[in-house]
Amino acid sequence: VATTLLALMWASVTVYALLAGADFGAGAWDLLSGRTGPGARRRALIEHAIGPVWEANHVWLIFVLVLMWTAFPPLFAAVSSTLYIPLTLVALGVIARGSAFAFRKAVTELWQQRIFGAAFAFSSLVTPFFLGALAGGVASGRVPPGLARGSVVTSWLNPTSVLSGALAVMTGMYLAAVYLTADARRSGQPDLAAEFRRRALGAGVLTGLLAVAGLVVVRADAPRLYAGLTGRALPLVVLSGAAGVASLVLLVARRYLLVRVTAALAVATVLWGWGVAQYPHLLSGAGGLTVAQAAAGPATLQATTISVGVGVVLLVPSLAWLFLLFQRSGHQPPAER
Amino acid sequence: MRQVAGAVLTASRVAASQVTGGGTADPVAARSQMGFSLGWHIILACLGVGMPALVLLAEWRGWRTGDPWYQLLARRWAKALGVLFAVGAVSGTVLSFEMGVLWAGLMDNYGSVIGLPFAIEGFAFFIEAIFLGIYLYGWDRLPPKVHLLSGVPIVVAGIASAFFVVTANAWMNSPTGFTIVNGRLTGVDPWAAMFNRATGPEATHLILAAFMVTGFAMASVYAVAMLRGRTDRYHRLGLLIPLTFGAIMTPIQIVVGDWATRSVATDQPLKLAAMEGLNTSGRHVPESIGGYFSGGQLHWALKIPDGLSLLLHLSPSGYVTGLQSAPADDRPSLVTVVHLAFDTMVGLGVGLLLLGAWLALAWWRHRQPPRSVWFLRATAVSGVAAVVAMESGWIVTEVGRQPWIVYGVLRVADAVNPAPGLDWGLVAVVAVYAVLSVVTVYVLRRLARSRPVPEAPQESDVTGYKVV
Repeated sequence: VATTLLALMWASVTVYALLAGADFGAGAWDLLSGRTGPGARRRALIEHAIGPVWEANHVWLIFVLVLMWTAFPPLFAAVSSTLYIPLTLVALGVIARGSAFAFRKAVTELWQQRIFGAAFAFSSLVTPFFLGALAGGVASGRVPPGLARGSVVTSWLNPTSVLSGALAVMTGMYLAAVYLTADARRSGQPDLAAEFRRRALGAGVLTGLLAVAGLVVVRADAPRLYAGLTGRALPLVVLSGAAGVASLVLLVARRYLLVRVTAALAVATVLWGWGVAQYPHLLSGAGGLTVAQAAAGPATLQATTISVGVGVVLLVPSLAWLFLLFQRSGHQPPAER
Repeated sequence: MRQVAGAVLTASRVAASQVTGGGTADPVAARSQMGFSLGWHIILACLGVGMPALVLLAEWRGWRTGDPWYQLLARRWAKALGVLFAVGAVSGTVLSFEMGVLWAGLMDNYGSVIGLPFAIEGFAFFIEAIFLGIYLYGWDRLPPKVHLLSGVPIVVAGIASAFFVVTANAWMNSPTGFTIVNGRLTGVDPWAAMFNRATGPEATHLILAAFMVTGFAMASVYAVAMLRGRTDRYHRLGLLIPLTFGAIMTPIQIVVGDWATRSVATDQPLKLAAMEGLNTSGRHVPESIGGYFSGGQLHWALKIPDGLSLLLHLSPSGYVTGLQSAPADDRPSLVTVVHLAFDTMVGLGVGLLLLGAWLALAWWRHRQPPRSVWFLRATAVSGVAAVVAMESGWIVTEVGRQPWIVYGVLRVADAVNPAPGLDWGLVAVVAVYAVLSVVTVYVLRRLARSRPVPEAPQESDVTGYKVV
């Protein structure tokens, strides 16, 4: 049961990376959309794409947290006490991003939209970096079990963390560009589609190079993780590379909907590769913490599984409706704007 | 809003500084940060729970009667709800981070006992966010009836998530669902922990508080506008709908509040003693109003003979436990704060009850709201009063539980994250929230003022009228 819940938690991490990661990426593209006049259509496309869904996408993160502290309390306590600095920064980034996005839509004057837009875009860049950095801290075994036993600074300021932070930002931008290409085409803006296709290609190549360079860094900085990635998790790592290459080919071939699938697969396999490489250790550093050691008692696991089961039954149709409603209809400005 | 949060900050900082405990932990900074960010979030959370019902009510009336003013109100309120929900969602996320960043010791030991309601709340919040996206962005894409129905899950999920989160707080006040054998946690029953003895009264009390905060806060916006001379039908409706809603909730809340107080008297006698500033246990205990507590005595309070005994036990000789019944280390240290916060909450609640009664009386006799300018003035301040009452109640339950984070089980000082430098987090959070408060109020004011309401709208004008 503990492994099932762990898999569910990891699936939520994956969905968060694929959906909210792309929302962060879209915010970063907002930052790079150019001056107010020429950038207006790009910004409108971005806002239209993420407006109805970003809050729902964001909830996956909360979901990961509550599952972790319910089913694996010592893991949650160890990670959040040692890595409290990047976590606090992520929290502040989440605040700045969400409220600035909502405020930008609510105000009408240009200078105000500029300020809120800048806050939104900047925090879209910073927040995934720190999320990636703290993932790197956990993956490289710098978070020992127990309360605040690791260094509160080097646990997230180290080669693997910097790498995974950069990778998180680039991945989000790549996914966002891929998704936006199809959105732009569907809304009848072929010029924007061409632009975002170019950006997706650029971001894809960069992300791929970063990932390959990353393997070198991991080999030097986190040998245990490297051994796992090149050992048990090798098929997933290879699949990720193949999906990444396939995405670039499909982008060149302008198969925008299919490329969504392969791009998402390329990202998801990296996350699952990390998971498989480390399993059954949740914390791989000195002492370590395995699934069995961290799992809550059977009564809690059972209650959580039942609740999650009931919740999923309610959730899936609701989510399906949300995405279908806003993917089906064309580029029509939302009413309450 | 900020003043309240500031007061909370001061209160919790003082509270924390008086918590005794060893270790390298920094409970002062942690308690201040939690008090500040939770005190801030709770206002938005209340509006997020209460507002959807009013938006739907206005939309439903507009749909049934074809009255364009209702339709306009529904769209305006939905717009404000969108902003408030976004800010509430992100400030709530911060709290879930803080559960670990600040209270790693609590979650490490008791996460398996009390995590479940948060997991369920996660789903409720998820449903809320999904349907809010559908509701706000689907206004002109869905048929009116479907659109109206798509709002129902927001109301239900909002109330449900408030319920589940409060069960966790109720558990901290009335911990059950586990046993500790030789320092090890065994026999964990998360369902029993969730439905503990404090859950019923506390959750009902908070959900009604959310309704009251929403009703009076929204009414006060229109009262201010009417005091400035804008007395058209749009503003009258905007005042009457939420005010009626709040006024109906108030008498129910007072009955529930009595229930909650009795529950505290049974399960947390020391918190009740702090609420009443009662030092010595005994019979024939007077009800004390106001004053300050110092040197084991309540000074300058107005005392009603046998009042407390009568209120709690319906008998003048009812026995009430005082602070002295516990060792000094186990007593709440800030008795004056708890006592005055309790009196503030009750006093404001009675004031709001009178405001509602005034409205009811005028309606009963003249079929219209009171014409007195004092009625508008009272309504204009009722929003702030409801928020202050709610925050006071929250101070009572949190500061009154000191020095415990889990009553009788775990002390605050043993629950805090021992990492160095937590006070910098406090500084950063206070700075960001200060900016956020200013900007939120500014944006909401712009939403309320932008685009003057058309003089005499025809139906077509209003349906073509985009809100901002």
